[in-house]
Amino acid sequence: MKILVPVKRVIDYNVKVRVRPDGTGVETANVKMSMNPFDEIAVEEAVRLKEKGIATEVIAVSCGGAACQETLRTALALGADRAILVQTDVELQPLAVAKLLRAVVQKELPQLVLLGKQAIDDDANQTGQMLAALLDWPQATFASRVDVAGATATVKREVDGGLETVEVALPAVVTTDLRLNEPRYATLPNIMKAKKKPLDTLVPGTLGVDVAPRLVTVKVTEPAKRKGGGRVADVKELVAKLRSEAKILP
Amino acid sequence: MSILVIAEHDNASLKSATLHAVTAARKLGDDIQVLVAGGDAGAAVAAAAAVAGVGRVLRVDADHLRQPTAENVAAATLAVVARGGYTHVLAPATSFGKNVAPRIAARLDVAQISDITGIEAPDTFVRPIYAGNAFATVRSMDPIKVITVRTTAFDAAPATGGSAAIEDIPAGPEIRTSKVTGQEFSKSERPELTSARIVVSGGRGMGSGENFRLLEALADKLNAAIGASRAAVDAGYVPNDYQVGQTGKIVAPDLYVAVGISGAIQHLAGMKDSKVIVAINKDAEAPIFQIADYGLVGDLFEIIPALTRELSA
Repeated sequence: MKILVPVKRVIDYNVKVRVRPDGTGVETANVKMSMNPFDEIAVEEAVRLKEKGIATEVIAVSCGGAACQETLRTALALGADRAILVQTDVELQPLAVAKLLRAVVQKELPQLVLLGKQAIDDDANQTGQMLAALLDWPQATFASRVDVAGATATVKREVDGGLETVEVALPAVVTTDLRLNEPRYATLPNIMKAKKKPLDTLVPGTLGVDVAPRLVTVKVTEPAKRKGGGRVADVKELVAKLRSEAKILP
Repeated sequence: MSILVIAEHDNASLKSATLHAVTAARKLGDDIQVLVAGGDAGAAVAAAAAVAGVGRVLRVDADHLRQPTAENVAAATLAVVARGGYTHVLAPATSFGKNVAPRIAARLDVAQISDITGIEAPDTFVRPIYAGNAFATVRSMDPIKVITVRTTAFDAAPATGGSAAIEDIPAGPEIRTSKVTGQEFSKSERPELTSARIVVSGGRGMGSGENFRLLEALADKLNAAIGASRAAVDAGYVPNDYQVGQTGKIVAPDLYVAVGISGAIQHLAGMKDSKVIVAINKDAEAPIFQIADYGLVGDLFEIIPALTRELSA
């Protein structure tokens, strides 16, 4: 069974993002970029399924500019077998990415697409579900456990009330939550090996996909600053202030 | 032209998240229709019909919608939208809405606008990006806007006062490629985390799941819900549904008490809209203090019992 793992290049999660003074977006120049952490979990899960003998091949795919090759090399260093870059400099929104991925799926015919539940830049939480809908495949989102047996994946999902188990018939789309696994670190030998693994480049035009954005970003602004930093000396003062000043407690 | 709200419910009752989505819908237009897709969901349908401002409740009742999958809820919604006349389809930005809405948007070949916190015009919305460290104002060029609504950004519509007409819509065939086979839901007598007036949250500093009992005693006194940081959930102190943050639950209570939580930006993303924030941490440099109205530096294992006693006095 082939597994396709879409990965996104995003601003590293440790970076404190800054809004550009002209309000057109956030500052990305000279900012550390990394693989979206949820996608890293997806790569790890796919590689583990291969190590268990369930998957035969793990293909990483990324959509975006040439720099996404770096993200794909990271996926290869973590254990993916080969990579596909769908290269475009157009701003890609989730629907466009889902359409590109559908085209890749139709070429590669994987039984499972494993990807992060959301990217930590646009926080959209859409691509996996959209891809599943476009393919008319079942989906299992927010996975904290994935078991594949025969033609079925059994997935524990993190939902608002606790955990829900769903069984999906393969082929299916599964999106990963934080606690699915702890991704390994790429070792130096594996980073070297990754440089030799195949990385193919496609363009949206040859896949027949219109990637024009549907949403126009009018402006990007900083959130309202919260005035914090107040201190109290002890429990008595805290309770007194919550009663008289904040009027939260009776 | 109509606004369609997809109700989140458990057949027996309407989830409060739905009420917040109705308020967002009312800012977009006057003809608000609520879709209740369920199985034996008469009580939820009646609750939806009683919500102030709702003009019509669309009931799709079928056995396969009792514990519905995203596939089946999306199919039911698409059948309704296909009747025409809808400009917007809204769902709360909960694990239910996030699961279902993108399927609907993709099938309609429209963008989804996720987790909106503001409405500037019927086609223009404000939404947080980068864990709430920036806000984007976006305009949709699609004929139908599929939207998930951040519940803390819109007040709950009154649960009573409405008397909507109820219309039955036949359910389509069951999609059988996925099924829900189990649920492990935390049972609690406490208020629900996302709608509680007071939330007491613990972090890695709690040290163990057992130590969360200290927070339970405090929460009992305050009639508060209990939350947690990702670190505490990852460490196994509490279940996943306690998690507050960028990828967990978004809360905005009147009072948020952060105990032993350092304040990673991913956690702040889930609680910084709380009205009053109290931080209790032994590390005076912890970032949580920068956003706290009342910071108390010290050992939580002394402070929490003392605070619980003080509130009993």
